[in-house]
Amino acid sequence: MAATNSTRVLPGFGLSLGYTLSWLSLIVLIPLVAVFLKAGSLGADHFIAAVSSPRVLASYRLTFGASLIAALINTVFGLMLAWALVRYSFPGKRLVDALVDLPFALPTAVAGIALTALYAKNGWVGKLLEPLGIQVAFTPLGVLVALIFIGLPFVVRTVQPILEDLDTEYEEAAVSLGANRWQAFRHVVFPTVLPALMTGFAMAFARAVGEYGSVIFIAGNIPLVSEITPLMIITKLEQYDYAGATAIAVVMLLISFVLLLIINGLQAWTAKRTGRER
Amino acid sequence: MSGAAAVLHGSADHAARFESKAATREPALVKWGILALSLTFFSIFLLLPLITVFVEALRKGWDVYFAALIEPDAWAAIKLTLTAAAISVPLNLVFGVAAAWLITKFEFRGKHLLITLIDLPFSVSPVVSGLIYVLVFGAQGWFGPWLSEHDMKVVFAVPGIVLATVFVTFPFVARELIPLMEAQGRDEEEAAVVLGARGWQTFWYVTLPNVKWGLLYGVILCNARAMGEFGAVSVVSGHIRGQTNTMPLHVEILYNEYQFAAAFAVASLLALLALVTLVIKTWVEHQAGKSSQQSEE
Repeated sequence: MAATNSTRVLPGFGLSLGYTLSWLSLIVLIPLVAVFLKAGSLGADHFIAAVSSPRVLASYRLTFGASLIAALINTVFGLMLAWALVRYSFPGKRLVDALVDLPFALPTAVAGIALTALYAKNGWVGKLLEPLGIQVAFTPLGVLVALIFIGLPFVVRTVQPILEDLDTEYEEAAVSLGANRWQAFRHVVFPTVLPALMTGFAMAFARAVGEYGSVIFIAGNIPLVSEITPLMIITKLEQYDYAGATAIAVVMLLISFVLLLIINGLQAWTAKRTGRER
Repeated sequence: MSGAAAVLHGSADHAARFESKAATREPALVKWGILALSLTFFSIFLLLPLITVFVEALRKGWDVYFAALIEPDAWAAIKLTLTAAAISVPLNLVFGVAAAWLITKFEFRGKHLLITLIDLPFSVSPVVSGLIYVLVFGAQGWFGPWLSEHDMKVVFAVPGIVLATVFVTFPFVARELIPLMEAQGRDEEEAAVVLGARGWQTFWYVTLPNVKWGLLYGVILCNARAMGEFGAVSVVSGHIRGQTNTMPLHVEILYNEYQFAAAFAVASLLALLALVTLVIKTWVEHQAGKSSQQSEE
């Protein structure tokens, strides 16, 4: 990585490059390579057996299914919440705006036990749902609730700045051309927001797939029913099955990398569509 | 990645701009519908869990609450959490500043790849983040035999907890600084250097005052995550009571022993930390908004 700018004035290129690359390699890259090397030493049969046992397959279905539904729910309500925060004034708005980031700041284990207490049979929400025959805590539905909590800020925080930057003139132009409010939203606002909305969706989904702390308390962790994939890694580790844990970790890592690429692409699209710097 | 969604932005209120014009106003029914739906969703999924933490913590009274906090194992957990954060946050601060300087002040090939690699820990599941250090330093890992020969422990000991914490908080400071320093450009620094300032002087007197709020915000987020990390630390900790339990792990143990009031008492400290983080964040956004207004005037 040689500097392409031959007229560099500022000092510190060598130092910051050396430091950044060594620290990055030491903390992130080399340990990540360890996972792939370890998985490579497994042998194909062992690897495939570890990542496709019925219990692990069931955990993929739950993890990806619940993450997808949670991200979709967050996309719909996140857009509404971002809209309300940008376009309306209402009492307590600043508080709501600040608390949207709570899932970023609140430790996942704390969120996990709080959600469990809330949705257990004797909890505030659980009590209301029980007569309806809906059980949330210790079922796959509980996993969904935890993943909604953890993913909520992503959509709001990616869409909000785009909505703030939107000039009123486009909608005014649409109205003066005879569009009604819905048409102005559908054809003017929505296309501008769409890339950010999809970025938020992808981020919420990616976060949900890897989430552990907020889920395990409320999930009940019943084999084949409410076990998530990260828990399968923990279970294998507790049985000293390092090879099995590594194999599942490789699958998760590959999925994370693909999601990361998709998110980078979506962010580039957002930047192009709105002219904002990434 | 998750940091990208949390990047600092000014806190100006835009509602008046949209509400004052007929073209950008919805019918009252639609407006109230959106407000009711989104705020109900917000209350059920964010507000209620937060309130629950404090209600459950105080359910058995203040005596039980304080007893749970001054108990020796809880104290050990608090101390370990503070230690891990005190080591990992400065490490990531130095890294973040170096990486942001490199990325925003110089042109070189592979820059986008480097940014993606710095972001990588955000997209790795916390459990996998812990596992990678078990594979490198664990008994079966690369350095395991060497470490045990020299009577050193990384995994299931404090160094492992610090390493896992550094990993999960790796991108925070860099993520906040890069967009800010990118927007700032290089002209001011180049002028300082041309006028004879040394590298550190340039950074200290020219760059730092411009990015101080973003830097503070990155450090605060980094600290909140460092103190609250659960999955990664859980894998490398070994859960030895009084020795390798951080606060979130202590919460888990108490909860699994059905000591709910005690679990929520310790959890309430972490929730307070989260609230303080959000308050400082709001204040920093306010300051950043003010100083950007001033520079526009």
